[in-house]
Amino acid sequence: MEPILFIVFGAIAVGGSIMVVTRRHPLASALYLILTLFAVAALFVLRQAHFLAAIQVIVYAGAVVVLFIFVIMLINVPESRLPVERLTGVRFLAVIVAGLLILEGALVARRFGLAGTPAADSGSVEAVGRALFTDYLLAFEVTSVLLLAAVIGAIALAKKKI
Amino acid sequence: MMEPSAYLLLSGILFGIGVTGVVARKNALIILMSVEIMLNAVNVAFIAIGSYLGDVTGGVFAFMVMTVAAAEAAVGLAILIAIYRLKETIDITELSVLKW
Repeated sequence: MEPILFIVFGAIAVGGSIMVVTRRHPLASALYLILTLFAVAALFVLRQAHFLAAIQVIVYAGAVVVLFIFVIMLINVPESRLPVERLTGVRFLAVIVAGLLILEGALVARRFGLAGTPAADSGSVEAVGRALFTDYLLAFEVTSVLLLAAVIGAIALAKKKI
Repeated sequence: MMEPSAYLLLSGILFGIGVTGVVARKNALIILMSVEIMLNAVNVAFIAIGSYLGDVTGGVFAFMVMTVAAAEAAVGLAILIAIYRLKETIDITELSVLKW
């Protein structure tokens, strides 16, 4: 069952991310980004990482993409003033280089040759929570400082007058 | 049970698409979204290897990456709003004040 679901959701993720990169209007990109993030969350479920899948949907699809859509609608660039983009010169080279990067990644992944093993309890709420609050407690607390800094930074940057 | 190299391959493909978006697009909003795709690709690799090894560390690191991604999106979009207010454009080729 897992291979079929992997292929389905993997294809959705790859297709969605290609659409994100190729759409002209950022709002279409943002909606395809939601699709991609949901597909990736499904892949997390396939790997028994249920906690991370839930976080993926709540934080990414629920908060980050909504923030993107908010900003797109806030600055509301008219269709006529969107940057005109053509696939020429250096940017065409960039696509080729990215293709080579994917090929290289594929070769490395093949070299890995990891055989499948039954997944231990590595992604449940209990396992991740236990690790976060024991071994990685300091990192977890520093994360909150990072988020606080991001909140203050975002307000300070986006506000007209502080 | 699938072998994790398939997940690593998928992760590589997603990362490559993200890199293409960052390098080839001019729209700053889509560049930020491509960065999110790249961070997500890394998370796929973390989760795949973490569950292969039966180790929870992969999940913890993916959690940290998600935190950083959320912070990055918030600050990046705030910068974008400030730039748009100042320059009335989100075309990165027109934002070349720091270019020597």
